[in-house]
Amino acid sequence: MSGIIEIISAEFNYWIYVTLMMIGFYAMIAKKNLVKKVIGANIFQTAIFLFYISLAEVKGGTAPILLHGHDGADVAHEAVNEVIYVNPLPHVLILTAIVVAVSTTAVALALIIKIYQEYGSLEEDVILAYRRQLQPEFSEYARQKQEGEQ
Amino acid sequence: MTGFDLITDHLPVLTVVIPLIAGFLTPMIGWIDRKLCWYWVMLTMFAVLLMTSSNLYTVITSGTIHYHLGGWTPPIGIEYVIDLLNGFVCLIIAFIGLMVGIYSIESIKKELPNKIIPFYSIFLLLITGLMGMTITGDIFNFYVFLEISSLTAYALIAMGDRGDGVVASFNYLIMGTVAASFILLGIGYLYAVTGSLNIADMQGLLPSIYDNKVVLAALAFFMVGFSIKVGLFPLHAWLPDAYTHAPSAASALIAGLMTKVGAYAMIRFMFSVFTPEFVIDITRMAEILTWAAALAIIVGSVLAIAQSDIKRMLAYSSISQIGYILLGVGLANVIGMQGGLLHILNHSLMKCALFLVAGAIFYKTGIRNLHQFQGLGKKMPVTTTVFLIAGLSMIGVPGTVGFTSKWYLALGSINAGQWIFVIVILISSLLNIVYFWRVFDNIWFGHPHEVEHIKRDEAPLSMLIPMVILAVLCIFFGLFAYYPLHYVLEPLSNALLGIGVLP
Repeated sequence: MSGIIEIISAEFNYWIYVTLMMIGFYAMIAKKNLVKKVIGANIFQTAIFLFYISLAEVKGGTAPILLHGHDGADVAHEAVNEVIYVNPLPHVLILTAIVVAVSTTAVALALIIKIYQEYGSLEEDVILAYRRQLQPEFSEYARQKQEGEQ
Repeated sequence: MTGFDLITDHLPVLTVVIPLIAGFLTPMIGWIDRKLCWYWVMLTMFAVLLMTSSNLYTVITSGTIHYHLGGWTPPIGIEYVIDLLNGFVCLIIAFIGLMVGIYSIESIKKELPNKIIPFYSIFLLLITGLMGMTITGDIFNFYVFLEISSLTAYALIAMGDRGDGVVASFNYLIMGTVAASFILLGIGYLYAVTGSLNIADMQGLLPSIYDNKVVLAALAFFMVGFSIKVGLFPLHAWLPDAYTHAPSAASALIAGLMTKVGAYAMIRFMFSVFTPEFVIDITRMAEILTWAAALAIIVGSVLAIAQSDIKRMLAYSSISQIGYILLGVGLANVIGMQGGLLHILNHSLMKCALFLVAGAIFYKTGIRNLHQFQGLGKKMPVTTTVFLIAGLSMIGVPGTVGFTSKWYLALGSINAGQWIFVIVILISSLLNIVYFWRVFDNIWFGHPHEVEHIKRDEAPLSMLIPMVILAVLCIFFGLFAYYPLHYVLEPLSNALLGIGVLP
């Protein structure tokens, strides 16, 4: 039993990211409400960002800002070697990925507004039922025929 | 000539930057006059086509191009690499983009009269995303371009049929986000074990740690992510709706390019990030891929038979055609690989032509249900002839491109000792005949009671030109498949499988 706890606590950051990711993934698949799906997608992506950020962490490392960098060339070199920095590259990557995630969310919300205007609901079941009733075979033909009959 | 010399060194990056900047300038051009947008897009696409042709020519004559962004050397800076594989795919993107661009002027005017400017702006950004995905040599950069192309594709699909387009687009967005997140996670895993993001660098670093579980997990994430992106059978749910409900021009563009670039990315990750030994011998991923592809070929064809909407039928047929590409890749021998890679070119030509025809018929008659196509052959002779040629090519009649790639795939299967795939290809060809013949029969031999009220009327010239060019190329490459095979695909397949080196 204590072995399991040790395994979990030794790399708890990975456990947290996996748990969060699965929560997000579950919400994306199982939730019927479209906004909840988008929230799920956001949790999913944020979990991955946390994974990247925890990769960058170095025990006892400081923020990757050059210390004493302006004191002249020789001093700067020694100062750089003395201080332990966390890895800045994952941070930079995740800044880009956050921008991507934000734009994905923006597009998703814009689509949700259009869907709501069209169907008057955000529940997947209602939208599906409405589409079935509107067009029996989900086809353009059925809709044209229906419009012709009216 | 100094001006020209100045840009020749920067052609690799310009193929991405020019459509990007042009895409953002489109609203300004449209603000002056909406009609100018199309000329602007044509100019851009023509320039991109010239640049990609020049790049491919340079690669064939003098070897792989390495372009260092901002002068930073590879493991630190971002590198753009053009070898035969992405030079070839870039040329396809630029060419199909130009054809769809020419076609779009009339079709967009009718289908999206109020959205001409956003359509062209997004069109160019989609080209940017696809170009960037193919050309980049850095996997995080790849992820960013993947998301650019996905986001623009969502927007294009959402512009389609009222009500249906947005739902299709939303479903695609959810699936696409899962796929992109998996790919991002895979990239993170590989970065964690190698500390590098450069493809060439990574290929050198990975072989020593192939027994590491993290590398295996990364491969699994990549394969699942790309399978969603290309619409491989069990993960294809977004594809039929998205292709059906997008505007005609966007359907042709997305069907012609998106999944092909996804297949390219899969090949790139399997054989350039990882090595052939890893995917073929250590994990047997290639073998799994062939079985999934065989399943996709059969199921896609069967589902296509059940459809009555022409665009939906073509979408299901896309699922089966993607199966051919991945079957060739998974067979992992030189002949099968050539067949698969050739099918990337062939399928873009054929599927783009078919979607353009479907769009032209919809433009003239407003019909998409194929049971209503009776007698259309007499009304729109050129359009339906293009459909006939492209359809025969999909079936794989000798003399068309479809035959060549199926022939190579069958030979590759025999070489690999997998006779069952020859049978799969044969069965699928028969199923293709079933669903295409239904349309041919309606078009050429049906009685025109549904389209009677329309007088003999051909689609406008700007729609006919790209369709005819694509149909002619379908036959040209069918008769002269020697050129792409000899100059590009044979050295490429050898290089990918690690048998020879790139020239």
